[in-house]
Amino acid sequence: MRYSAFSVLKNALSGHKGWKPVWREPEPKAEYDVIIVGGGGHGLSTAYYLAKEFGLTNVAVIEKGYLGSGNIGRNTTIIRSNYMLPGNERFYELSMKLWEGLEQDFNYNAMVSQRGVINLYHSDGQRDAYARRGNAMRLEGVDAELLDRKALEKLCPYLDFDNGRFPIQGGLLQKRGGTARHDAVAWGYARGADMRGVDIIQNCEVTGFVIEAGVVKGVETSKGTIRAKKVGVAAAGNTTRVMDKAGLRLPIESHVLQAFVTEGLKPIINTVITFGVGHFYISQSDKGGLVFGGDLDGYNSYAQRGNLAMVEHVCEAGMAMVPMIGRARVLRSWGGIMDMSMDGSPIIDKTPVDGLYLNCGWCYGGFKATPASGMCFAHLIARDAPHPVATELRLDRFETGRVIDETGRGAQPNLH
Amino acid sequence: MRIPCPHCGERDHAEFVYRGDATVVRPDPDAPGAARAFHEFVHLRTNPAGLHKEHWYHEGGCRAWIVVERNTVTHEVMGAVTAEAFALSGGLSGRKANA
Amino acid sequence: MSNSRATSGTGQEFRLASGGLIDRSQSIGFSFDGKRHNGHQGDTLASALLANGVRLVGRSFKYHRPRGILTAGSEEPNALVELRDGARREPNSRATTTELHDGLKARSQNRFPSLAFDVMGINDVLSPFLAAGFYYKTFMWPAAFWEKLYEPVIRRAAGLGSLSGKPDPDSYEKATLHCDLLVIGAGPAGLMAALVAARSGARVVIADEDFLPGGRLNSERMEVGSLNASDWAAKISGELALMANVRLLTRTTVFGVYDGGSYAALERVGDHLAQPVQHQPRQRLWRIIARRSILCGGAIERPIAFGDNDRPGVMLAGAVRSYLNRHAVLSGKAVTVFTNNDDGWRTAGDILALGGKVEAVIDPRSAEDVSHLRAMVGDVPVFSRSRITGASGSKGISSVSVLNANGREIRLETDCLAVSGGWNPAVNLTCHMRGKPVWNDRIAAFVPGNDIPAGMRVAGAAAGTLSTHGALVQGSEMAAAACAELGFKVSKSLVPDAEDAPVSIQPLWHVAESKSRAWLDFQNDVTVKDVKLSHQEGFKSVEHLKRYTTLGMATDQGKTANVSAIAIMAEIAGQSIAQTGTTIYRPPYTPVAIAALAGRMTGRDFKPFRLPPSHDWAKEQGAVFVEAGMWLRAQWYPRKREKTWRQSVDREVLATRRSVGVCDVSTLGKIDIKGRDAGKFLDRVYSNVMSSLPVGKVRYGLMLREDGFVMDDGTVARLGENHFVITTTTANAGLVMQHVDFCKQVHWPQLDVHMVSVTDNFAQFSVAGPNSRAVLRKLVDAAHDISNEAFGYMACGRITVCGGVPARLFRISFSGELAYEIAVQAQYGDALIRALMEAGREFDITPYGVEALNVMRIEKGHLTGAELHGRTTAGDIGLGKMVSAKKDCIGKVMAQRPGLTAKDRPVLAGFRTTKPEDSLSAGAHFVRMGKEATTDNDEGYMTSVCFSPSLGQHIGLGFIVDGDTRHGEKVRAVDMVRGRDVEVEICSPHFVDPQGERLRV
Repeated sequence: MRYSAFSVLKNALSGHKGWKPVWREPEPKAEYDVIIVGGGGHGLSTAYYLAKEFGLTNVAVIEKGYLGSGNIGRNTTIIRSNYMLPGNERFYELSMKLWEGLEQDFNYNAMVSQRGVINLYHSDGQRDAYARRGNAMRLEGVDAELLDRKALEKLCPYLDFDNGRFPIQGGLLQKRGGTARHDAVAWGYARGADMRGVDIIQNCEVTGFVIEAGVVKGVETSKGTIRAKKVGVAAAGNTTRVMDKAGLRLPIESHVLQAFVTEGLKPIINTVITFGVGHFYISQSDKGGLVFGGDLDGYNSYAQRGNLAMVEHVCEAGMAMVPMIGRARVLRSWGGIMDMSMDGSPIIDKTPVDGLYLNCGWCYGGFKATPASGMCFAHLIARDAPHPVATELRLDRFETGRVIDETGRGAQPNLH
Repeated sequence: MRIPCPHCGERDHAEFVYRGDATVVRPDPDAPGAARAFHEFVHLRTNPAGLHKEHWYHEGGCRAWIVVERNTVTHEVMGAVTAEAFALSGGLSGRKANA
Repeated sequence: MSNSRATSGTGQEFRLASGGLIDRSQSIGFSFDGKRHNGHQGDTLASALLANGVRLVGRSFKYHRPRGILTAGSEEPNALVELRDGARREPNSRATTTELHDGLKARSQNRFPSLAFDVMGINDVLSPFLAAGFYYKTFMWPAAFWEKLYEPVIRRAAGLGSLSGKPDPDSYEKATLHCDLLVIGAGPAGLMAALVAARSGARVVIADEDFLPGGRLNSERMEVGSLNASDWAAKISGELALMANVRLLTRTTVFGVYDGGSYAALERVGDHLAQPVQHQPRQRLWRIIARRSILCGGAIERPIAFGDNDRPGVMLAGAVRSYLNRHAVLSGKAVTVFTNNDDGWRTAGDILALGGKVEAVIDPRSAEDVSHLRAMVGDVPVFSRSRITGASGSKGISSVSVLNANGREIRLETDCLAVSGGWNPAVNLTCHMRGKPVWNDRIAAFVPGNDIPAGMRVAGAAAGTLSTHGALVQGSEMAAAACAELGFKVSKSLVPDAEDAPVSIQPLWHVAESKSRAWLDFQNDVTVKDVKLSHQEGFKSVEHLKRYTTLGMATDQGKTANVSAIAIMAEIAGQSIAQTGTTIYRPPYTPVAIAALAGRMTGRDFKPFRLPPSHDWAKEQGAVFVEAGMWLRAQWYPRKREKTWRQSVDREVLATRRSVGVCDVSTLGKIDIKGRDAGKFLDRVYSNVMSSLPVGKVRYGLMLREDGFVMDDGTVARLGENHFVITTTTANAGLVMQHVDFCKQVHWPQLDVHMVSVTDNFAQFSVAGPNSRAVLRKLVDAAHDISNEAFGYMACGRITVCGGVPARLFRISFSGELAYEIAVQAQYGDALIRALMEAGREFDITPYGVEALNVMRIEKGHLTGAELHGRTTAGDIGLGKMVSAKKDCIGKVMAQRPGLTAKDRPVLAGFRTTKPEDSLSAGAHFVRMGKEATTDNDEGYMTSVCFSPSLGQHIGLGFIVDGDTRHGEKVRAVDMVRGRDVEVEICSPHFVDPQGERLRV
């Protein structure tokens, strides 16, 4: 059913009896044209665009838990396209453009809020590196502004500009960046896909692939074998576990990233701000909680939880950047499994198995990529050719050396 | 998380720097197929959900590189030896654990 | 009345004249919303407000419903206030855990203009339009209105309290504790466990969030052994406090369980005072490393959902008992009890025993089921097989509606309704390592499962053992078992007699006959209807339920709400509660201030400052300093009459190139490498050959990462056959040390080579310029010949200076001039810089800072982190030939990948302005003349720029496609973020003395 001002009004006056389930709970069919493994943000958006843009509706999304139970349900909700390297920038800018029209497109309010994303700089060298990045964005037609201290003070007067250790000189601003309500993104895509006939099968675990003569023919699941002409895997932190069943070893390590939210507070931080000398970023949700995070814990982990040392580290950086948050209380901390790639950039590509497609390596930036990831993965699966903005996100780039290394840390996943 | 450093005893993991899979071994650069072998050595990881032998560096202590066996699902630490001892004792049996 | 209320005058008309754990001799004045009241030592803000008859204390989040105090603990969803003034303002503070102190100021939150009259209360009227998830379905048209209109309105309504916006003036600290046994909670189970363990000799830490140990023992009228329960608690905790092997931490919440027996606890050191004691922190974060732990955190009572059950005056039965027995406060003049279990009846019994009035007891169970309880309440009317369907009185209840066994609705006048829906064990900490609680039908609640954190045990109510005696026994047993595991001898402890009633409960989650909304999550305004709607729309998983309705996402994390909501969802979905399951319990157990988690590492102390050996001297010279990574370095040395930094820097550069300058370069990483295989080792670590380096010589070295990109560069000096000293860039000192240790210990443990960082052991100064030798000649002891013939370019050696002080001398140059680096032990650094300045006086020696250093290296085409940013290859920086073909080294194989050798990679070049008035900026991108500035036309970028006083124009280094073969070509340097577009000429990156003649004189 379509949401409109009228439908909201009508239901309010009739005790909300008219609202229908947002998605069906279908039993899997024997065969589909396409199966997407993973009912998180990327899997659901892929299914949505397969149906909407590529006319493929005989599609199933298979999810081992509840839909949206992966990183789409546990992130810090930031959207931005402030990348330096062309291989990334074009892709993330497509994502940003899709965010900008998303809610009208899938008729669901995901609260996309373009409140601006600022990266602080603390030295001339950092300023110049951000200038290089900002210019790369501008060359691509993306908005970017290099703020000096004065301009930044106007936007964020509460920052510790004269911090005795690392004074703040300015920042790189992308005004179009911001936040979105993460769960609603999953639900909006799921609803949109379901409405177009996609079967979303929850609580169904993929236990293996059906591969005949090097060609994928379907998947084995906890609900039996389901055949398919094509299979796309979008399993984020669990990619290695899933692809292992197809015999593939990947340039991926799974790491834990923690994030935090405080008790609800009246609005005080109006943009997304990232510290330049300690790993820390913060925004305030529409509900009032300060949402913040920092660096990976740094060790391989599938535990979806981290340790105290990183909690302390993140809060130290937070206090160094915005000392006024000291008396705000952390309400909840959580951890997600990040599929860290060897150069810190994602992979959307075919695999050596015919008909088996791979979408992974999102590191800790998968949320903002959700729309473009789905669009590009759908393109790849439907057309068997990469989307024009995703041509560099290749699996073989590690072997060829055409890596996309934004941080310059090399093949050390926990440093990206 | 507590890491049992073979030299210093059990310490908080914050004293250590993490590197990763300890079962990949630097290939012979002169052997045929070295390019592929190095690609696998540098990039491809078993990344198991379960027991993992991995390198940690006791930067805040004795500066030893050590091989810790740890469960990546529960974070339970099974034990640790120095990387030197691991290598010299033909620690490649560990390759099995992560393979 | 046996216990008449306090006489008028104190204003505490709900306070009993005697009893309770309060000190009536001390009156404490406080204010709420500007109105002054009095309370006593031993009060919480909540108990003092109740004593003064204040029932309306807050507003809910969404509908702004008037709210009162629901609980007597940290699970409180309603009674949240702002405490204190100015920069110490603390939003969302629970009145139920706030200790009263003299002059305490509290204000209600989330209301305008006042608590009693809140215009946002209109939301409650509009609630049909604001059902769960309504915002996902609307506010989408037109698209541009979200940021402009809808979101600002929603944001304004967001949150409860507000931050002061000012830096926190208090201090915080962290401390670490190691123990054999951590006991979490000091109720009956915890005290008993700690006692048993302590007597066995184990090191015990026992922590409780309350300021008074005892847990429920302080809230109940019962005996333990022959003592009042609270007296027993005082006696045992007193005994524990005196034992050397016990640390009793009150006001301390263990809020998180982490790996390896690590626990996090927050001690509120100064929160019960108006301000922390001087030199004391406000709060202390404890990291507790415990070999074993016992969770004795008790249980949390849950409400029953019925119509308007959120009204002020509706309280939990156990809380009413706490206020009565512990604080001697009656929560109402005529209390009605609504309970589905035996425990709720105690509230009625206690009120009557202390002279209060009980209006009625309402119990959904049959008359038979409650017959054994009737004696407790004397002639108070008992309504069995009955339930409450509604409560009236928006700012404080005045009556409730009872649906009796005959199906008739009866109205009862009452000003307080004590509700008990049963008790939920506080399983939170057992789930912090992703353990899942299991459903227990006997007590109708979740209890800890088998997958609790390693080393943890659970005792007492937290384990579902709800009787006092049961808790004492289990605490004792768990402690004995934990101690035995650790090898401590445990003697049999006599467990005192105590109440041991069986649990009798008939689950009742919500009263279906209610006519108006029935609340589950009080703070976030989630009602039974919302759960139904969530199910109707397909949000059936508990996680979907939570996320769609915001159930359990308020400051109490659903401590009083979640289990009931799960049970209701199970009922609707036609499945068991066990099948439905819980959401994930995450740290912290109760919210923790960010400042406490940060501790002292904030502001200037965020990271330590590393100071080079000449720092004090540089300060005396009036140097301007700059944060360079971990270091604080002299940036330039301004002189009188110099108005801009450029004037100072230009002077320093010109003076150095003309005569001699000196700069502290101690920050460079220095690694001492020794052993028979040291040369062989360095051949493998550096791309170029080092083993062939003669003793007494230095060579420039390039280090690759294993993936083939440049890692770092520096110099390698051979001081002896088996002794090298290598330098790294300042930024990479730690990384390179880590790397060479890895290479040695992991790749080549059989090599005879050892290494150690000596960065901090040596003070090292660059003495540069045509007169550098003449200056040094005056300091170097006569026995050492440093003439060009004896000590040529790239020579190194051990020398003595100033009459026998050991030193190392390296003839290397970053500036491009005849130059030396001289190193002495760090403690002589200060003396050496003064000696150098004195010796150089006749040559007008000039100290220079990192800016001049940078200018001179750009003029010479030397590289720093700006160029070696981790994405450049040896070929990119024109040093492809430095990767020796003769030997293997780290990174050599991977450097041959096509992506790293591709012809289209931008390579290093120099750039100069074509017009004298132009300046350059790093971060600009290069585009061919006449081409549009687009990604497709992007040919490279500028990395470093400066004004060259030697050339009298702006110059830069950067990377551009075919940069080595396009010298002389003009391109655009486009810097859109700074609004600049400058024509530049590509040139050699070596601007000054490209042949290197000056180095060799």
